[in-house]
Amino acid sequence: MDFISILSIFVLACFVGYYVVWSVTPALHTPLMAVTNAISSVIIVGALIAGAAAGSPAAKWLGLLAVLLASVNIFGGFAVTARMLAMYRKKERRPAPTREGR
Amino acid sequence: MVLPYAEPTDLSIAADAVRAVEPWVAVAYLIAGVLFILALRGLSSPATSRAGNRYGMAGMLIAVVTTLITHELANLGEIVIAIAIGGAIGFVIARRISMTAMPQLVAAFHSLVGLAAVLVAVAAFLNPSAFGILGLDGNILAVTRVEMALGAAIGAITFSGSVIAFAKLNGSMSGAPILLPMRHAINLGILLAIIALTAAFAVATEAGPGEGALFWIIVALAFVVGFLLIIPIGGADMPVVVSMLNSYSGWAAAAMGFTLHNSAMIITGALVGSSGAILSYIMCRAMNRSFVSVIAGGFGAEAAAGPAGAARIDRPWKRGSADDAAFLLKEANQVIVIPGYGMAVAQAQHVLREMGDTLKEQGVAVKYAIHPVAGRMPGHMNVLLAEANVPYDDVFELEDINHEFAQTDVAFVIGANDVVNPAAKTDRSSPIYGMPVFDVGKAKTVMFIKRSMGGAGYSGVDNEVFYMDRTMMLLGDAKKMVEEINKALHD
Repeated sequence: MDFISILSIFVLACFVGYYVVWSVTPALHTPLMAVTNAISSVIIVGALIAGAAAGSPAAKWLGLLAVLLASVNIFGGFAVTARMLAMYRKKERRPAPTREGR
Repeated sequence: MVLPYAEPTDLSIAADAVRAVEPWVAVAYLIAGVLFILALRGLSSPATSRAGNRYGMAGMLIAVVTTLITHELANLGEIVIAIAIGGAIGFVIARRISMTAMPQLVAAFHSLVGLAAVLVAVAAFLNPSAFGILGLDGNILAVTRVEMALGAAIGAITFSGSVIAFAKLNGSMSGAPILLPMRHAINLGILLAIIALTAAFAVATEAGPGEGALFWIIVALAFVVGFLLIIPIGGADMPVVVSMLNSYSGWAAAAMGFTLHNSAMIITGALVGSSGAILSYIMCRAMNRSFVSVIAGGFGAEAAAGPAGAARIDRPWKRGSADDAAFLLKEANQVIVIPGYGMAVAQAQHVLREMGDTLKEQGVAVKYAIHPVAGRMPGHMNVLLAEANVPYDDVFELEDINHEFAQTDVAFVIGANDVVNPAAKTDRSSPIYGMPVFDVGKAKTVMFIKRSMGGAGYSGVDNEVFYMDRTMMLLGDAKKMVEEINKALHD
């Protein structure tokens, strides 16, 4: 991919992000931060490349350390998000009165 | 590798020729990126949010597996061990963390993303051929150098800034702003130096010690400036800081995505970057502060020593007991509960929900009103109430409920202060002037649960509502007080 294609993806993704994030209900802003934390650890892709490559031992160990840190974040981030979202389950035993505008 | 349709689109860039990969790989990363978009999209309602989270996990799995099967793995064992150790640590922390401590946890996680970005950038610098970022002349391409330096710098700022934010949120360090002399000039100088050095690094063609030094200085300066940027920001502004660092962690990931030409990383970085930026904006708006004034720091430092503190001496106020409160609550048609961080500190959310249930059984309408900046991070109060099993249909935002106070019998303020302070509307000289607040003064009775009459919120501003005839001050620990009210309600 040349620089311009990459830049296009980036700019369009910023717009997608803008609209998607505004549609997130404020009640879920904490889970939003937790899950963005988890997905930004997709940086693990770079860490895996560094950690797997032969050639520079220093780069390899730094890569492996980055893999470890990103894994803490991925597993921790998704797990804590799941834990929070489970709390927002509809409570069946005590039906809440319906309210307009929600 | 030599499928007929695998031709690189642009042969003019040598690095791309090196990187000519099978097309399914690019598609796989794109799918991962789309799944991440769906993960955020799911959060538009609690009902779809859990499916969203699973999309996120699937996206991450696709990205990781794609990377692993498309690269020569010299040491799969070590990688699996690193993932297993990191994953176990993350999982255990996620299971054990209390919901009150969520802001600290998120700050700590941000610091890890930042550090990982720095490490990846450094590894790419040390071993560029593994990343396919070498030009034909054997040097790292100039564009790539800029991306790498930016990724490392933003990552380093995210790391050291998040460490300070964590320490402040965790109470390991005072939340009071630390104001260095000349701090604006110093910070601006360092940021400009980072930009200048990045430019110099981009055009440095000779691989060698000089070039390496430039890169290391950029990283070191970024660590320092991240630290300096956050220490002057006071505890009250932490929701903005946490959101801002969230944004930075995204931009760092995006910059590394540019370096690696990886669409999953770029899409994610852009999503996370915009997400954090929007949350910062929402938080600033909810405090009527400009983003610049928050970043400049120092809020809360001058107010604490100002005349606002002296004004509250010897004014009459009414103290109520749990029995008085229970009596009024039972008689009410509608009660609106306004929780603040004090409730979280006292861990009073569960007893509060019990109180709400008891009142509902007696025919009282109970609603919960949440200010956008209640708590230490966006949405923090909502999570705490959800944890206590408060149905989310009973929880309202500021603009949806503020008009109802005039028809409300009891406004029940627990551990909040600034968000119900009318000075935000009436007193131009107040540090919180212009901040949207709940009009609790319009309710027939206002009850305040507060530890003592001494402390007055973060801003250090006194609150006129304390001294109204219709206000009842319930002094004591929030949890104990609500427990006593519960007992009185059952009698």
